[in-house]
Amino acid sequence: MTQSSASLNSIEEESVEGLNVVERPSIWSRLIKHPSVLIGGILILFIVAMVPGASYLTPLDPTEINPRNRNKPPGYEAVYKTDEGERYTVVAKMGTDKLGRDVFSRVVYGARVSLMVGLSVAVISVSIGLFIGMFAGYFRLVDAIVMRFMDGLMAIPSILLAIALVSLSGASLFTVIIAIVIPEIPRVVRLVRSIVLSIREEPYVEAAISVGTPTAKILYRHVLPNTIAPLIVQGTFICGSAILLEAILSFLGVGVPPEIPTWGNIMAQGRDLFQIFPHNIFYPGIFLTVTVLAVNMLGDGLRDTIDPRMSREI
Amino acid sequence: MWSYLLKRVLAVIPVLLVVTIIVFLMLRLTPGDPAANIAGDAATTQDIEKLRIELGLNEPLPVQFAIYVKNLAKGDFGESFYYKRPVISMVADSVEPTLSLALFTIFFACLIAVPLGTLAAFKQGSWLDRIVMAFSVIGFSVPVFVIGYILIYVLSVKLGWFPVQGYQHIGDGILGWAYRLILPSMTLSVIFIALIARMTRTSVLEVLNEDYIRTARAKGLSQSRILIKHALRNAAVPIVTIIGIAIAILISGVVVTESVFVIPGLGLLTLDAIQGRDYPTVQALIFLFSVVYVLINLIIDVIYTLLDPRIRY
Repeated sequence: MTQSSASLNSIEEESVEGLNVVERPSIWSRLIKHPSVLIGGILILFIVAMVPGASYLTPLDPTEINPRNRNKPPGYEAVYKTDEGERYTVVAKMGTDKLGRDVFSRVVYGARVSLMVGLSVAVISVSIGLFIGMFAGYFRLVDAIVMRFMDGLMAIPSILLAIALVSLSGASLFTVIIAIVIPEIPRVVRLVRSIVLSIREEPYVEAAISVGTPTAKILYRHVLPNTIAPLIVQGTFICGSAILLEAILSFLGVGVPPEIPTWGNIMAQGRDLFQIFPHNIFYPGIFLTVTVLAVNMLGDGLRDTIDPRMSREI
Repeated sequence: MWSYLLKRVLAVIPVLLVVTIIVFLMLRLTPGDPAANIAGDAATTQDIEKLRIELGLNEPLPVQFAIYVKNLAKGDFGESFYYKRPVISMVADSVEPTLSLALFTIFFACLIAVPLGTLAAFKQGSWLDRIVMAFSVIGFSVPVFVIGYILIYVLSVKLGWFPVQGYQHIGDGILGWAYRLILPSMTLSVIFIALIARMTRTSVLEVLNEDYIRTARAKGLSQSRILIKHALRNAAVPIVTIIGIAIAILISGVVVTESVFVIPGLGLLTLDAIQGRDYPTVQALIFLFSVVYVLINLIIDVIYTLLDPRIRY
């Protein structure tokens, strides 16, 4: 699992003639052929396309309050005025909310926040976790202290930790990201540490130590490459759960400030009138579900293809 | 085995100590002056100073921590700023709804997921198996509150079968209590059905390949007897351990579900406390939730060791 596709190819080329060697397909073709990767990947591309395509999908400002168009059902033809005073109508595909804002454009712009939170949380927590995990796995002395701390951090339910961190340091996009990163770090640290512990016993690492290779070089040359595949998989799952957690925090009113359109915020603002106007909750809910599902499917597929060792666990 | 159990129990102590330190430091190390944060925007400098002394925040950190731990050991979790009553009595009032919701959910989930997972494993590759597997992926990705609102919309608003929100204490009638818990626990159990069905399927599949299942078949035992008596029984241990993982999800699910269905439990208490900047209550609740999580995992590990004689440490 740790061999790169380049070294796999060189093995294939050297295969002995006459033996019936079945060529192992390259990692990319295996990825493309995996149904979860394909479906998840395509769905994610659609959601990602909403970021640069937002202004093409909707002419409306997602934060523009329009009292005349309050609480309209999906399909309503809302009238707007340009700065020059010209009237034009836009069909509210997903209705409008209680302040007359267009739900469709809010959902389209909300994708930006969700994707940004998911991606930043995955990158930040994997980087920090990788750093701590490598040290904890390689240096016994650090290990005991760090792992006790990580056990304690893991014992605190992540949603409560995140809620408390956001409310203590004031709601902003940045604090939400940090608040979701902190509970994720111990999970990455554990994973990296377990890989490092098993790699450290490998003969090639022992050999490297015996010829006097500096520790930093061993970590970089031998340990780091082994962590890449599991971390890509783990990072994908973290991305999915971060998107979900951000939506939960916003929905509960302790996340991203309410004036920023996010899927969780749209739902939070639609809660009190839900029984009459369910569109405020259902449309962003569908987008949130599809996005999380796509990311998780991608993660499942990646685990099967690039990290088969993990796919035997649940 | 006993030395392992002793080790396992002792391992809880450092974890709880770290939890205590994190919860303690959380309030003190966040940017800004905690006393000013607590006092709110309208407070004067004198108010803040008074509050600082009242909370002991003028003492050095180690002294504050010592006082904090001493109070915790006495079972004193402080007093709510907002309600001016001991936090522990507020917690006691909110335990019943949360516990009811949690137990109903686990019960519902096991009732549906275990047979479903077993059948899926037994008919591996069939349409039933595929549906169960697809559901277990989807069920894991749909947010709890989206499920909750879909169920409310269909079953309460459109069909009128269930009340939209609310909770009835068990003392006010057991039927009303159970009736009002159906919708919230259905909502919360979706994710557990996904989790437990998947785990059941995996572990039954593993067991079905064992020699003693073949022997049972060769003896001419009926399919249902093989499944229940031989397969499921041996597959039970991993299914029980999944509940440890499930507790963490359950706690976050409870907070959201209680908010959607307005159930006056620990989750709603936590959210209210956070929105009201009631820090002693927030601290106590986070601490208690973590302790419960650690202890349940300890209990599961102990049961696991006692139940499965193959495990020797």
